[in-house]
Amino acid sequence: MKKSLSISTALSGGVMILLFWQGLSWLIDSPVMPSPIEVIPIFIRLIYGDLGLHFMASAGRVLASVTLAVLTAVPAGLALGQMPKLNRVFDPLIAIVYPIPKIVFLPVIYILLGITDISKIFLITVIVFFQILVVVRDEAANLHPELILSVRSIGAGRRALFRFVYIPASLPAVLTALRISIGTAVAVLFIAEQSLTTWGLGYYIIVETYQVLLYPEMYAGILGMSLLGLILYFLIDTLDRTVNRHLHLEK
Amino acid sequence: MIDISNLTFSYPGQPPLFEHFSLSIDRGDLWSIIGPSGCGKSTFLYFLTRLIKPDGGSIMIDGEISRRPRPQTGLVLQDLGLLPWSTVEKNVGLGLKIRKFYGPDGLHAPSGSKLDQQAGQQIVDDWLHRLGIADLKDKYPSQMSRGQRQRTALARTLALSPDLLLLDEPFSALDDPTRKDLQDLIIELNRERDLTCLTVTHNIEEAVFMGRQILILSRSTNRIPEVVVNPSATDFNHEYFQAMCDGIRTKLEHPA
Repeated sequence: MKKSLSISTALSGGVMILLFWQGLSWLIDSPVMPSPIEVIPIFIRLIYGDLGLHFMASAGRVLASVTLAVLTAVPAGLALGQMPKLNRVFDPLIAIVYPIPKIVFLPVIYILLGITDISKIFLITVIVFFQILVVVRDEAANLHPELILSVRSIGAGRRALFRFVYIPASLPAVLTALRISIGTAVAVLFIAEQSLTTWGLGYYIIVETYQVLLYPEMYAGILGMSLLGLILYFLIDTLDRTVNRHLHLEK
Repeated sequence: MIDISNLTFSYPGQPPLFEHFSLSIDRGDLWSIIGPSGCGKSTFLYFLTRLIKPDGGSIMIDGEISRRPRPQTGLVLQDLGLLPWSTVEKNVGLGLKIRKFYGPDGLHAPSGSKLDQQAGQQIVDDWLHRLGIADLKDKYPSQMSRGQRQRTALARTLALSPDLLLLDEPFSALDDPTRKDLQDLIIELNRERDLTCLTVTHNIEEAVFMGRQILILSRSTNRIPEVVVNPSATDFNHEYFQAMCDGIRTKLEHPA
């Protein structure tokens, strides 16, 4: 998971997928499997229209969820990691909730929060929240007491400790957690968008294209959703390599 | 400079380490503190930085009763105090950055200590050179030797121009030439800028070299400080240096 995706790997992987896809469409030779030569121009045309708006709606939901999850899980994880007593209280709860597939609560969330975007964003936030919470907590618990003492000794109070020690110390953990959970986040989004909205790639792929047999358009939607996941992964990866240079040193 | 009176302290569930312990330390003095492990010598330094609060008694530093960590007091720990995600240069500049973060409020940074970016960079550069780590400024702590890391930690503290320097077993894990080099530097600074300097160590020779006054702490409750005045400090070739070491060793082996 820690291996970063370089541009050249991504490009050659992309070319391989296109070749595979092309081969499959020759083999199946049916309207249900259009070739990339047919789909890509449609994708390019549609992305400047409705598909682009669906893409933005999905991207907005993921970004809002991830932002909310980071803003809540990082302080909570730091607090748990630095306060063993607090952690002992919450640990059983976290241990139980962490592995539960939270998507099954989607109907409950709809009932409680209504059928607005807030429900979808909330669901993804909860999923990403637990991933980040656990790694940040473990990272904060492993900070050397000597490190904190010595930074306090050069004048740092609580605010400076946060700014100069806790936040940078937990960044690698946050990015690792995001790297792992971004795929899940997009997958959950795909399912959540299939109902009770009219915008988003999940809605576009299932309701607007698949159910009305618009196969080339459906593939354009799938391409869009794949790109969304890929772009987010690339962003996290680039961020990881710029802020965590000390973890990517050449030996 | 430092007036400790009636200091009392015990860790929970243990006999007191200090009871009505009083001691005065003058400005510009060079002290070493020695004792067996568990005698409270590191704890003693933490009182002075206020990272640990004593149970009773008061500590006056520079005429003020100590209630919070004092920005002009510098503490150097044995190791592990560097930010692993920052380069040497950034680590050395950390204290100055923290001061800038708070502004000269008198609590986290001395009041009236305003520094612009350029002056701060100049200070960092000067200490990088003086500690002999200027060539390493873009390296990360994991890429350096123990000695180089300790130089970085020293530079970080010295960049804040402390008037009181507390060293907690600073050189115990270093090879001989590096240790010698850093000991000499501390003594130079003590002479050059009247820097009051307290070194905690378990090494007898280091205690004799680094202390014009040597405070001996014992594992039982410390009440009346046992202080040895040491004319052979800072001079390995002094005629009494060896005798002084033997004397300290005897005191440590047969506590009063």
